[in-house]
Amino acid sequence: MLAQARTNWVILKTCLEERFVYRADFAFATLVRFLPIVTQVFLWGAIYSGAQARSESDEPTTLNSYTYHEMIAYYLMAMLARAFSSMPGLASGIARDVRDGTVKKYLTQPIDMLGYLFWHRIAHKLVYYVIATGPFALVFYLCRDYFPHPPDTATLLALVLALAMGFLTGFLIESLIGLISFWFLEVSSLLFIYMMLNYFLSGHMIPLDWLGGLGEWVEFLPFKYLAYVPAAIVLGKDGYVLGEGLEGQLLIEAIWILGLLALNRIAFARGVRRYGAFGG
Amino acid sequence: MPAIDVRNLSKIYRVFRKREGLRASIRSLFHREYEEIHAVGGINFTVERGEMVAFLGPNGAGKTTTLKLLSGLIFPTGGQADVLGHVPWKRENAYRRRFSLVMGQKNQLWWDLPAQESFRLHKEIYRIETLQFDRRIDELTELLEVKDLVGQPVRELSLGERMRMELIAALLHSPDLLLLDEPTIGLDVVSQHKVQQFLKYYQKERQITVLLTSHYMKDVEALCQRAIIISEGQIKHDGPLEEIIDRFSQHKVIELQFAGTEFPEDLGRFGEVFESQPPRAKIRVPRNEVLGILKRLLDSYPIEDISVEDRPLEEAMAELFIDSASRTPS
Repeated sequence: MLAQARTNWVILKTCLEERFVYRADFAFATLVRFLPIVTQVFLWGAIYSGAQARSESDEPTTLNSYTYHEMIAYYLMAMLARAFSSMPGLASGIARDVRDGTVKKYLTQPIDMLGYLFWHRIAHKLVYYVIATGPFALVFYLCRDYFPHPPDTATLLALVLALAMGFLTGFLIESLIGLISFWFLEVSSLLFIYMMLNYFLSGHMIPLDWLGGLGEWVEFLPFKYLAYVPAAIVLGKDGYVLGEGLEGQLLIEAIWILGLLALNRIAFARGVRRYGAFGG
Repeated sequence: MPAIDVRNLSKIYRVFRKREGLRASIRSLFHREYEEIHAVGGINFTVERGEMVAFLGPNGAGKTTTLKLLSGLIFPTGGQADVLGHVPWKRENAYRRRFSLVMGQKNQLWWDLPAQESFRLHKEIYRIETLQFDRRIDELTELLEVKDLVGQPVRELSLGERMRMELIAALLHSPDLLLLDEPTIGLDVVSQHKVQQFLKYYQKERQITVLLTSHYMKDVEALCQRAIIISEGQIKHDGPLEEIIDRFSQHKVIELQFAGTEFPEDLGRFGEVFESQPPRAKIRVPRNEVLGILKRLLDSYPIEDISVEDRPLEEAMAELFIDSASRTPS
């Protein structure tokens, strides 16, 4: 157990060192990812002021029960959740390793590929947070008035748990897509479809409670944990308040994680059996 | 008990067969044709502990597939293998801690980091004691003459230096079995020699079992006493290296140095003249006619020096491979 923890620590440390090799490129990519946040804030501002101009009432306009402030708060929280749950390069990286044979090292060395990729991803995220914390803090500070009153400690803990589980959910979904490469070698189209669905079904594009009847079905999918749930916790949406259903939501997420983990294990075991190790 | 015991091991790959042209490409979207490639066809062999065996064959003969089967990378279609008391494709950690696979064309080290970082990772993955680890690093970096390079990012190393680092990473956990797939491919003569010398010394010192594939016969001659030749998934020869030439080469080479200024133009009547630099010439002659030809040569010309040699192993192998390829029905 202790030896395994030490191995994981060294994997994490080595991955961190590797991430820092191309620090300039990484920092630039991270900062550039903030641009869409700014444009999105302006876009929602334009939508709401357009709606307000057509409205005859002086009351602040609401769209599907969201005020402009709530919408911005929702969007920023969804972006924060995405900072945990998005896994750029994970599935395509697994597919590349399978295609070019790099996966051999996981199969011939006493190492668990998924565990290794998990710690690699943690390192990826840690470096990302180091670089992104400043800009995130600045954006949240500038938009502080859009947020409702600060959440109490218990809700804050639930939020942290939801973000951490969002990380696990995102990791396991993408690694599962990557493992499909044992069958198809190339998963880029599949990944593209997943990204599109994810953008829509996770609540990244618009809140899931805007989807009407479809939203009820989306509730049963794991994608909502990637963006919508953490935002709904902060906004205190129905069913996402402690004592009023949030515990159940988090429990279901935990069950999803276990299910996805089991699927990953099965896909890996079967994929490796199928593996042809072509190309020398 | 042998280190490797292979019984009727076979591997059939099912590969997609695409016909030529756009129409065929469109048709293949709906109806796919597959072909079965018999990469390894029921082979048997054993390797004793501490033995160093060359595994030879032309491209596509089944060498690498066999190494992949023995390292547990792929599952066989049939047959059995017992390697160090384990079934390789069960991929037990206990087995993976006891062998190493080095592929000359594949990089296992972290490309952007110094090799010492990869070594440290290996230390943890293989649970190597710190004292042992330090001792082995010292020993291996010294033997392979890369002590000053371990702190340099791998991407900045030459191919030869990188391969030596790969070998260190592969040997850090003191494996009982080393599977080497073309470890000297692409290396210059100096690096090749260093790797050869190192492997020779290390194997003798540690008495580890080594199975080596290589297209460089110099590697094979320098390192192995025994060779297994595989072609079209079948074992064609398993025995001492020198037997290969006796068994498969139908020719010998007569090297001549003529006396005086006269250099005969009609040497072709004795055999195939494949090198001619007056006053020297080399003739390839059938093995069973060597004595007669020697006598006729000595009777016909003033000869200052003469020697008869076996053909180089490389040529004998090439002849064998071409021969088996030509016998393959197309």
